[in-house]
Amino acid sequence: MTAQEPCQPSSGCQCPSTEEGSRREFLGVAVAAVAAALTGCEKLSAEEFLQDKFTELSKDDVQKVIARLEKEYKEKYGKEVKVGNAPPVPGTIFGYALDLSRCIGCRRCVHACVKENNQSREPEIQWIKVLELEKEEGVNLQHAEQYYNPDEVPREGHFYMPVQCQQCKKPPCVKVCPVGATWREKDGIVVVDYNWCIGCRYCMAACPYGARHFNWGEPTIAAKDVNPETHYLGNRPRPKGVVEKCTFCIQRTRQGKYPACLEVCPTGSRKFGNLLDKESEIRYVLENKRVFKLKEELNTQPNFFYFYGV
Amino acid sequence: MTQTPRPSILPGLFACVLALAATAVTAEEHKKPHAAAVEVPKDQVQVPKPPFTEGIFPCSQCHDPSAMAPNQKRRVLKDMHTEISLHHGPDTRWCLDCHDAFSRDSLHLANGKLVSFNTSYQLCGQCHGDKLRDWRVGVHGKRTGMWNGAKQYLLCVHCHNPHSPHFKPLKPMPPPARPEAIQLKNGGAK
Repeated sequence: MTAQEPCQPSSGCQCPSTEEGSRREFLGVAVAAVAAALTGCEKLSAEEFLQDKFTELSKDDVQKVIARLEKEYKEKYGKEVKVGNAPPVPGTIFGYALDLSRCIGCRRCVHACVKENNQSREPEIQWIKVLELEKEEGVNLQHAEQYYNPDEVPREGHFYMPVQCQQCKKPPCVKVCPVGATWREKDGIVVVDYNWCIGCRYCMAACPYGARHFNWGEPTIAAKDVNPETHYLGNRPRPKGVVEKCTFCIQRTRQGKYPACLEVCPTGSRKFGNLLDKESEIRYVLENKRVFKLKEELNTQPNFFYFYGV
Repeated sequence: MTQTPRPSILPGLFACVLALAATAVTAEEHKKPHAAAVEVPKDQVQVPKPPFTEGIFPCSQCHDPSAMAPNQKRRVLKDMHTEISLHHGPDTRWCLDCHDAFSRDSLHLANGKLVSFNTSYQLCGQCHGDKLRDWRVGVHGKRTGMWNGAKQYLLCVHCHNPHSPHFKPLKPMPPPARPEAIQLKNGGAK
């Protein structure tokens, strides 16, 4: 904001450059004040208020934004937090498959996800919801229970169905966003620009899977619990008043790693890979197992599949 | 992209035998799949070391054929290995169906071919051929590592105790908070 343009005498500019600078500084302060008044958030800096949509930022601007975020996180948590912006891996569309015949509902995935993705802890936001369903009813969501808490799982006569963002090919959440703060990336991951999200929660209403979650309060996360390996569109700490969701661990998967929920699963129910790679295990599942999509009739076209591995 | 070769069809073995030497594993223990991987030829899959009880392997420490002739009579063990209760297949099954009496540090297939503990999946696959097939392509059991690169597998016995292979129930981690349990504090949920 304070960058000054050289004042050419021939241009007829009479003002000394310092005055020009102070005018800009004044504008910056004024904008910040308006921003604070509008959002009710005093912490919002002028730079953040004036930041453009992530998809429209130049490469330099992206670097500036990331540098600003890293500085803010360091001040807040007292440790280095790396904010990545790795682009999609060319020739990749991510797919996920979950084996309903193996999942025992132990919720290891739910809590590994919270740790990996820097969700608010109090109250805890969970991107994965494990449903306990009755074997007699099958996949009947009217008989689903998410608060089950027996001493041991699996419970007799029940099976378990973890539900998270289905990374739809036709995502209704993207369609309804009035500001374009959420979109589907080339590798099939539906992402949110937390700095552009206005918190209207239309996307939450539109999502038929309950996969989107809102930060009603200032997210609480202890500095020691912050995962410092983050991605701008993924697990970087979020501000209050924005929507967040599963990103297939974008910070991991774009580096070739498996998502955290998959790596922690004690039953090996979770399968992940590149749908465009004929040799991948995800393609083997789709070609050889009985597979279904959740709420297929809505034509959201998920890239998340459920299958029976037995 | 690095991919494990698809399985060659295993010999059509039908007699059921099982690996008896690996120890009980809880689901919690296999959280560290990156443990030192066993050296295997290129055409085989990479797996971590079998989860032996500490100090139990090699079996030939005690089972020294020069000191003690193997007793091949089918019986219930009374003096040693009493902690092992066998719940795997028919009741008639016993130790030497899988463990080899003369090469104590090995297992054997139904055709008598010796199999190392590091490749015990060959033994399991004699009966559970469909599981072995899925495991080789990474669909049965857990793979960790890179989705587009090097992957680590687990042996069958890392998740299934070969003496009692049914996957043991676990205590679930805490459920989500019910909405009514979330209190409003200072203008925000707390």
